[in-house]
Amino acid sequence: MLEIKNLVVQIEDKRILNGLNLTVNKGEVAAIMGPNGSGKSTLSYVIAGKEDYEILDGEILLDGENLLEMEPDQRAAAGVFLAFQYPLEIPGVASMTFLKAAINAQRKARGEDELTTPDFIKRVNAAATQLEIPKDMLKRALNVGFSGGEKKRMEILQMALLQPSFCILDETDSGLDIDALRIVSEGVNALRSPDRAFLVITHYQRLLNHIVPDTVHVMHGGRIVRSGGKELALELEANGYADYRESEAA
Amino acid sequence: MADVTLMKTPAETALVQAFESAKTALPGDGESRAQAFEHFAQQGLPHRRVEEFKYTDLRALLREVAPFAGTPSAEEAKAALAGAKALAGVDALQVPFVNGHFVRDAVDFHALPENVEIVPLAEALANGHDWLAKLSPVKWANDNPVYQLNTSFMADGVMIRIAGPVEAPVHLRFVTSATSAVATATRILVVVEEGASVTLLETHESTDGANHQPNDVVELIAGDRTNVQHVRVNAEGNKALALSTLAAKIGGEALFNSINVTAGAATSRHQVFAILDGENTNLRVNGTTMLKGTQHGDSTLVVEHAAPHCESRELFKTVIDNEATGVFQGKIIVPHHAQKTDGRMMSAALLLEEGGAMNNKPELEIFADDVQCAHGATCGQLDEDLLFYLMARGLPKKEAESLLVQAFLGEALEFVENEAVRESLVGTVEGWLKARA
Repeated sequence: MLEIKNLVVQIEDKRILNGLNLTVNKGEVAAIMGPNGSGKSTLSYVIAGKEDYEILDGEILLDGENLLEMEPDQRAAAGVFLAFQYPLEIPGVASMTFLKAAINAQRKARGEDELTTPDFIKRVNAAATQLEIPKDMLKRALNVGFSGGEKKRMEILQMALLQPSFCILDETDSGLDIDALRIVSEGVNALRSPDRAFLVITHYQRLLNHIVPDTVHVMHGGRIVRSGGKELALELEANGYADYRESEAA
Repeated sequence: MADVTLMKTPAETALVQAFESAKTALPGDGESRAQAFEHFAQQGLPHRRVEEFKYTDLRALLREVAPFAGTPSAEEAKAALAGAKALAGVDALQVPFVNGHFVRDAVDFHALPENVEIVPLAEALANGHDWLAKLSPVKWANDNPVYQLNTSFMADGVMIRIAGPVEAPVHLRFVTSATSAVATATRILVVVEEGASVTLLETHESTDGANHQPNDVVELIAGDRTNVQHVRVNAEGNKALALSTLAAKIGGEALFNSINVTAGAATSRHQVFAILDGENTNLRVNGTTMLKGTQHGDSTLVVEHAAPHCESRELFKTVIDNEATGVFQGKIIVPHHAQKTDGRMMSAALLLEEGGAMNNKPELEIFADDVQCAHGATCGQLDEDLLFYLMARGLPKKEAESLLVQAFLGEALEFVENEAVRESLVGTVEGWLKARA
């Protein structure tokens, strides 16, 4: 599904990713954990196609296609979805207008017909109900005045509507209370399928109690330094990242 | 005449000649025309060393004076109006002008809506009319050279009296269909009596490819407790040099909303001169300007809070593509006695490409000591992070830009109360954005 080979990335002369290798298979939920500044968010932005980064080496293949040669919108149409750590507020753009524009742009890029308005509304309502998103929230400008939890639910709503094949959750648990964490996790779990892979980026084990990963990778210094099963997350929770810091110092 | 020797440019000389030859043919006794032209001729066309015209140098921009348009034939007028598109879908009382002349046949004077009275201006000037005394409600507008030129050359227009609430909007539709360049000078006076309400629409369209030179003035006298909603659309042809002025005097406890949407003309300057003449009045003046290519769009605004306890809000949004130039000059004047004035003026510009320019000049002139006044001006590009967010959801770059520009301009359009008009204006914005994609 997703294959990252020897990825080297810098921003403003500062090296962030340092020969990163990672493979995520179809149907797999892969968690990436690591201390602050290890390059987790950079990795998610680079996969989604943010411009600010300079790619010095390596490739990112999604089903064999090189994502690095695509614009962000082409990557989205190819199946990439990034749930932002800090979803942006867009004053003046109604949430429904935005959702419809996004869905239809992707359908158009894939050569599919645009959704009819009733069909679109039906899909939105179904997804909104599951994520406990009230209808009046959808009438407001996108993310404007939303609480942290509401913004994250809105991200998952978009994910549910766009049906991507590769989902990145960038610290989706940050700023969530317990109830919101449950709702968001249930929304994500409902989307798990043999055809869809997830990359779940988090600091804490907490989220992984709700979204149970198949694999866990530890990121440090711009690389994956250790990989294992879900038990690795528990070990990190108990011992912290100190081991990896020391190994670097030595 | 000694003043004539001060004239320097060929355009100024041409204006003198045009006035000399037209003044006897133009309707009315000619005294106020002569006075206005004399004032104009003393200074000539304003240039960049005249502060109010620093960014819109009319002496440099007006090289050749187009001949003033004659009255169109009935067929010409009919054809011109049939092709008019601006706010076409909005149900309104049509008051049309073709080539600067009122199309009388298009108005059924026997079946005007309740509370609406219309007097053709050319006729009124020729025969004398009580309402003529109400012209020029904003005295200091007489010092403005664009206004002076209109007073000198005004050939036609209408005077409208609104005596009570009027349901359907009144649409002043200006179409210039001449294929070669013409100049026009129209004057509209709208008197809204105490307690009356009306929506005034004003649209300006002209043929592409001709250097038309419209100079339109709309004057408004709104009495106490009136509610006037004014929407103006500049959809002039791509070579036009369009000058326009709104001069408004508003009574107490009144509500006046005015928005100007600029999408056309090579060069345009819209001036708003407003006096808040009674207490507890609420004024909103907005602007939505879309410029591309080498277009030049100027919004100039002077609001005088002549009475205490009034509130004014001015919001101007300008989008600049390619190498276009935008200008915003806004001034709020608060004299000594206008305590408790609340005035807020904001101009925000969005530059879509390198090479565009925006000149923002907000000014406050405050003599009262218990007021709240603020102004702001911003100039920037589209937010890269927002663009990325939209693109990451699958929107191609141009589409993402369009959505953000629409949201940016939309803020100024929100206050248009009439839904059909607002939707039509949103359509204008969408059309402009589609044309750039």
